[in-house]
Amino acid sequence: MQEFLYSIMPNVIDKLDDFLEAIGDTLLMVAWSGAISFVLGMIFGVLLIVTRPGGIMQNRVLYQVLDKLINFFRSIPFIILLTAVMPLSRLIMGTAIYVRGAIVPLVFGTVPFFSRQIESALAETDSGLVEAALSMGSSPIEIIFRVYLRESVAAIARGTTITAISLLGLTAMAGAVGAGGLGDFAIRYGHDRNMTDVTYVTVVVLVIMVAVIQLIGNLVIKKNSH
Amino acid sequence: MIVLEHIVKDFWTGEKQVHAVQDVSLTIEQGEIFGIIGFSGAGKSTLVRCINLLERPTSGKVTVDGRDMTALSPKELRQARKGIGMIFQHFNLMPSRTVADNVAYPLRGSGLTKAQMREKVSRLLALVDIEDKASAYPRQLSGGQRQRVAIARALANDPKVLLCDEATSALDPQTTKEVLHLIRKLNEELGITVVIITHEMAVIKEICHRVAVMEQGRLIESGDVFSIFANPKEELTRSFIQTTSNLQKINELIAEKAQIAELHPGQLIVRLSYIQRNTSEPLISTASRKYNVDFNIIFADVEIIQNAPIGGTVAILSGQRENITAAVEYLIEKDVEVEVIKDARVSV
Repeated sequence: MQEFLYSIMPNVIDKLDDFLEAIGDTLLMVAWSGAISFVLGMIFGVLLIVTRPGGIMQNRVLYQVLDKLINFFRSIPFIILLTAVMPLSRLIMGTAIYVRGAIVPLVFGTVPFFSRQIESALAETDSGLVEAALSMGSSPIEIIFRVYLRESVAAIARGTTITAISLLGLTAMAGAVGAGGLGDFAIRYGHDRNMTDVTYVTVVVLVIMVAVIQLIGNLVIKKNSH
Repeated sequence: MIVLEHIVKDFWTGEKQVHAVQDVSLTIEQGEIFGIIGFSGAGKSTLVRCINLLERPTSGKVTVDGRDMTALSPKELRQARKGIGMIFQHFNLMPSRTVADNVAYPLRGSGLTKAQMREKVSRLLALVDIEDKASAYPRQLSGGQRQRVAIARALANDPKVLLCDEATSALDPQTTKEVLHLIRKLNEELGITVVIITHEMAVIKEICHRVAVMEQGRLIESGDVFSIFANPKEELTRSFIQTTSNLQKINELIAEKAQIAELHPGQLIVRLSYIQRNTSEPLISTASRKYNVDFNIIFADVEIIQNAPIGGTVAILSGQRENITAAVEYLIEKDVEVEVIKDARVSV
């Protein structure tokens, strides 16, 4: 077995410890920045929906500021964002490098995208449901939790799946700040040292990760569609 | 129960101002079923939303159950809304919740325990006769069933008022009837005041006690349903009434030169409309016998509204000229409106 694996991917087996560490780093980055982005994106997405013109807590100023801010950050290429937020990273995380240093830029790269995903997921909510809830005496907070979020679980799961996969893609660039991870591993060995088997195996691992994310997403969507 | 005073509601669509409701005042009594009819865009949906302040009137005063709605704080308003149930054209049930959970939605925060809530939900579902669907999802139900669930949900907090916004417009005629009968049953058994918005005169005719007609944001006519049907004053009201009657078809038949509307010399086509509550007398047969005139009835459309017959007939009269005249005079004397549609007495 060992011999067979060695024969098809010698460099991966040679660097097995590095490889496993890279997988761990990637998972760590996705988990941390994903969790933080999920919470922040959810808050911003909800704020966009309730403060938009005609929303239940219409607020022109807040809506415009949020809307423009999200557009601003979405237009910065991630590789630039990665180095641009280094000072902030140092301030919040105490360092701008390694996995810890990658969390802040990953969050900055993900939250605007995820906020839009949440916004469009919640925008699908039938305005009649909101009106019915208002007619039953629901408060704005109740409407957010019991109508918008509760009735959009499937759409939110869809947006979350898309965002998680795109976040996985972003972590590949995090090597630029020394965060490691699969992308960095593939560049350093597969590309720089021409160890093509490293590249292929990395791709296979990423494909599996994407498939698992999609599978979980689909399960949640299916469970919440009636 | 509900008093609207000089309600005005303006919308701004871009630069253009739309006067959705213009100075409407009306009073709806406790326990009655009040209909508001008008074409789409007449402002009736906006008006009904001014009752529970889903639309805040630009000016005017809304009083429900003695409370000035426009003066309430947001929290008081939410509490007041729990006393005003509302159902909608497209039902607006929450698709991710079961029927029972939909009905339980407004009960959260009402101070009931879980068990009491369950008990109340099943009581409400029994009231609208749909207990067997408690664990179904709204998408698995027919339109009529969905509206029943919506009604159960609207009644959850024992409201004194039920607002129905085009509640039967998405339903077929048979289901419409069932839902209307349910609403009437609730009105009779619970004493709930009902406001019905519709563009179908048949709905008004079926269950309303009083009706108001709206056109372009204004209330053009209102009164009890029988007198409106018997003596519509406005052109629009008349055209709404005609939608529920086939007595106008005679004009089309004459225009098409249909054989049934062909007259022999000396004959006369008349439309007889009953405008007083006296149709229990056998007027036509009396007139026929008394004056020796034949009544050949082409159409008849008599319905019972508020326990009194209303409607009329279209008939061909034949007989001696002076007998016909006498018969017509007799009918007019008996408060029957007689309209001569085609006269072949002179043009031979």
